[in-house]
Amino acid sequence: MEPIDQDLDESELELPAEPMMLNMGPSHPAMHGTVRIVVELSGETITKADVQIGYLHRGFEKMCERGTWNQVFPYVDRLNYVSPMLCNVGYALAVEKLLGITVPERCQYYRVMLGELARVADHLTCNGAMAMELGAFTPFLYFIRAREMIWEILEEETGARLTHSFGRVGGMAKPPTPFFKRMVSETLPVVMKLVADGEKLLLKNRIFLDRLEGVGAISKEDAIALGWTGPTLRSTGCAYDVRRAHPYLVYDRLEFDVPVGTTGDNYDRFMVRGEEMRQSIRILEQSLEQMPDDGPINVDDPRIILPEKQDVYTTIEATIQHFKIVMEGIKVPAGEVYSYTEGGNGELGFYIVSDGSGTPYRMRIRPPCFAVVQGLEQLIVGGMIPDVVPTFGSLNMIGGECDH
Amino acid sequence: MSKLVLGLLTERFGEAILETHSHLGDDTAVVDPASWYDVARFLRTDNRCSFDMFTDLTAVDYPDRDPRFEVVCHLRSVDRGHRIRIKSRVGDPDGEGAEIDSVVQIWRGANWFERETFDMFGIVFRGHPDLRRILMYPEFKGAPLRKDYPANKIQPLIEFRKGNFEKLPPFGPDEGMSFGRQTHEYHRDDPEMVQARALAEKKSKKTLPARGEG
Repeated sequence: MEPIDQDLDESELELPAEPMMLNMGPSHPAMHGTVRIVVELSGETITKADVQIGYLHRGFEKMCERGTWNQVFPYVDRLNYVSPMLCNVGYALAVEKLLGITVPERCQYYRVMLGELARVADHLTCNGAMAMELGAFTPFLYFIRAREMIWEILEEETGARLTHSFGRVGGMAKPPTPFFKRMVSETLPVVMKLVADGEKLLLKNRIFLDRLEGVGAISKEDAIALGWTGPTLRSTGCAYDVRRAHPYLVYDRLEFDVPVGTTGDNYDRFMVRGEEMRQSIRILEQSLEQMPDDGPINVDDPRIILPEKQDVYTTIEATIQHFKIVMEGIKVPAGEVYSYTEGGNGELGFYIVSDGSGTPYRMRIRPPCFAVVQGLEQLIVGGMIPDVVPTFGSLNMIGGECDH
Repeated sequence: MSKLVLGLLTERFGEAILETHSHLGDDTAVVDPASWYDVARFLRTDNRCSFDMFTDLTAVDYPDRDPRFEVVCHLRSVDRGHRIRIKSRVGDPDGEGAEIDSVVQIWRGANWFERETFDMFGIVFRGHPDLRRILMYPEFKGAPLRKDYPANKIQPLIEFRKGNFEKLPPFGPDEGMSFGRQTHEYHRDDPEMVQARALAEKKSKKTLPARGEG
């Protein structure tokens, strides 16, 4: 009996050798947002990648050109829907820079505190979701429980859990509630504990570490050239934090450290976010002591701030003022300004052009995610398919912000 | 700090720097589009500037001006901590001929920002390695952030994508929407809609006689 493979000449065999195309997303259960990644594979290694965004494009910039300056707040809420308060404050600061006004001290502290709470929530979501995408569901629940507590504070203060629309040009929609400080001081230790517990579950886990360490690394020079900012840039070793480099609000009076990584891989990004949460909590604790308990929250300028409802009903001046602000909008002097704050993912910039009317002439947002996601292609080419998930997760792409 | 940079720029490029100002602390230089690339190169490489962080690039549409678009670029230096904004004016009032050099060779981060500006304003960046739409889909008509693009404009429905595409992505016949999009609002100046509306009005006049006639 002849052997079956007698005539088999390996050089004649036609093995399928053309690269395989794989489409990840736009809607993928292990993906952090709505994005499509088309990858070309050789075996399991990625040889080429094309990251396609735009699935959440809603024409933010066009919409802003149609309303008054204060009507932009609900839109900026929906940019970074994980930390909307940071966007609210960033936008308010941009318009105030153009108006040349500064909000009272109490409001500055209030903005810092709400913003830092939002930042903690943002990092909790990112780290938790990233762990969940790698199969670690329990730490995710720890982090989300902590986030829930922060959202409860924000709900108590603003009336909404997620889309607060709480900022106003020249102040805030409402002063802090009487129990704001107590809520924060009682919640912070619990949040700290949950964060520590959640991290303890992850950072001794061999599988988790293996999938993070050395995966998706980027050099400092590359990250800077790509326009990265925020935790992702700091993980490469570049200590650029807008709060420290160009202090706004009262950040120059608060003590905090800027954590940096060394290699810029997924592990560093995870750890930088974890440490930043602790620094944010430090800022919150200091602000609790320093924030004045009474005093005005809004600037004293009837052309910018809506009058009290009671006055609108009873006096003609307030009625007219209310009508002018609501119907015509605040008049912002003509000019252009670029204002930048530290958002959840990095430098959140607003480039605003005003023609002196009650409507923005051009509203440009510089979303930190946009630059960060741009670098994803470089991170995943040469890696394996399963590495896409933690790498993409650690970049924390927020679709609403990235796609405008 | 970066006043110095503005001084350096005017000294080095002279006529090509059309104007400078530092309104609200943002140092701005308006650059002749012909020397856009050279200015960018200088800002990146010169030791006194060393703008290595690419922050933002966008455009503003002024339909009444003669170079119609203003391309606006924000830069930052990590070592020196200063910032600058450079602008350039391109395009005629009809929106034609809006072209400027790409700076992707200098900052890789400019890639997506230039694609976005191309997508939103139709400004062409010469020398860009991969200039295609980024936020919109390839069949999209017009440039949405131009002032003459109506905000409530309806785009035509897209056919199934056919043919061979050499480029990534691998579009196949299963791409595209198989269902129509329902809308309740039509663009007023759309000629098809104007015609349809006129026809409908005519019909309603015929079937419903005015009150006096009955």
